[in-house]
Amino acid sequence: MAEHISLAVIGGGPAGMAAAIAAYDSGVTDVTVFERDDELGGILNQCIHNGFGLHSFKEELTGPEYAGRYAGQVKKRGIRCETGSMVLSVSPDKRITVVSKEKGLRVIETDAVILAMGCRERPRGALNIPGMRPQGIYTAGTAQKLVNCEGVLPGKEVVILGSGDIGLIMARRMTLEGAHVKLVAELMPYSGGLKRNIVQCLDDYGIPLKLSHTVVDIRGKRRLEGVVIAEVDGTGTPIPGTEEYYECDTLLLSCGLIPENELSISAGITINGATNGPAVDETLATSIPGIFACGNVLHVHDLVDFVSEEAGRAGRNAAKYIADKGARVNEPHIVKLIAGNGVRYTVPGMIDTANTGEDIHLRFRARNVYKGCTIKVSAGDNTIVSKKKRITVPSEMEDIILKPETLGGIDGDITVEIEEGSV
Amino acid sequence: MTRNMICIGCPMGCELTVEVENGRAVSVTGNTCGIGRKYAEAEVSAPTRMVTTTIMSDSGVPVPVKTRTAVPKEKIFDVVSAVKSSVIRLPARIGDTAVENAAGTGIDVIVTKDVG
Repeated sequence: MAEHISLAVIGGGPAGMAAAIAAYDSGVTDVTVFERDDELGGILNQCIHNGFGLHSFKEELTGPEYAGRYAGQVKKRGIRCETGSMVLSVSPDKRITVVSKEKGLRVIETDAVILAMGCRERPRGALNIPGMRPQGIYTAGTAQKLVNCEGVLPGKEVVILGSGDIGLIMARRMTLEGAHVKLVAELMPYSGGLKRNIVQCLDDYGIPLKLSHTVVDIRGKRRLEGVVIAEVDGTGTPIPGTEEYYECDTLLLSCGLIPENELSISAGITINGATNGPAVDETLATSIPGIFACGNVLHVHDLVDFVSEEAGRAGRNAAKYIADKGARVNEPHIVKLIAGNGVRYTVPGMIDTANTGEDIHLRFRARNVYKGCTIKVSAGDNTIVSKKKRITVPSEMEDIILKPETLGGIDGDITVEIEEGSV
Repeated sequence: MTRNMICIGCPMGCELTVEVENGRAVSVTGNTCGIGRKYAEAEVSAPTRMVTTTIMSDSGVPVPVKTRTAVPKEKIFDVVSAVKSSVIRLPARIGDTAVENAAGTGIDVIVTKDVG
């Protein structure tokens, strides 16, 4: 007879840990966290800088400290964790195939699954940068792991492409370790990272940030010798004559994160093209009943606090699914959420208005920088939420709370849009 | 003296112009709200930063550490050098002191991850 557990949580990072804790506290004690690394914590283990936990703990923790708090909670409850265990596949009937050194290959039947696999960095191959293929080119996260976990400095003269937060953090980190960071180049006319990281990781160390610039050539045969940077126009096309050569032995890429959904896709789960994560409803349920998703595998977050909060909801909803054996109290009434003007995507993408329980967190990203704007959530002529914002930026996720009672009589799609102000 | 800086209080990122006399802000312009003024005043009089880095352990595995509280900004590199010239014995536990009174700042550097 096949092994059976009630709930499998795939991934032991911040999302997986918070989901498992919440499910356990909601009565599902037969839960196992599967983590491919040999310890819990996920990417937080290499994020040794501070700034985590301002929302959840009202203090500034480092990544390992934040992970440690949750790992402590997991341990206190005696929640089973199989580290060094890789989930190879998830089937539509919620059977998972796991491989580990100790237990070999196993197929485990489950009542519910929570996907919490996180995300990956966009590699050079996905960026179409022309030029040679020498050594010395790393994603920012790989360099972070080398420096912080292995104690190895990948190079001395550094150029960073992309101003995502990991790139900014690594600009400071490499500087503190004795490297010289010559430049951060950003293709877009605005930074992809948080303002405080630009100030405290670049400005503090006099590292220039060139917006609307990109790498147009990589030189060096065995080892990287230098890169050519050029300005780009409004369409992202390099402007001839603006090329500048930067001698360097290291190029770090911080050009975006992609949710890691190979398992979701193999299970046949519907993927949202805008987030690259599973399409979910307000309970974070995917298109396959009993499979839930949370954290960066669902959509890329900028704050871990939001990951933990979201994962808690996935855990509670999975527990409810298991307790109710998948039944919904009322006949479902699904309304779609439409990303309207100025909104790139929304999570969730649909709401079952007949079965709402908790407050609904509506999360989305702005397409551009909008100052003095209004976020409007409406269904036809009915405005559900209207919220004035001093500014919205693509790098900071928005979180609007919808009260279940405001969704009562709604029929037809709900649109989320940003109305630009007169500023 | 005039100093330009970006407020980090919120995503607005107001570009502040600060008139400084004798190490104190006498006027702040460009801010949208009171947070900008406070930020500018602190930045020109006594800027401080948390420092996070790694300390090498006797087993060759780096251990992440941080200053217990923020240190004066100009001491960042001195604090890092003090950490880099030290070695910690494993096991290390969160909160353990890794370097006492780092670079004469009066502030200890402490361990941020259980290792070993």
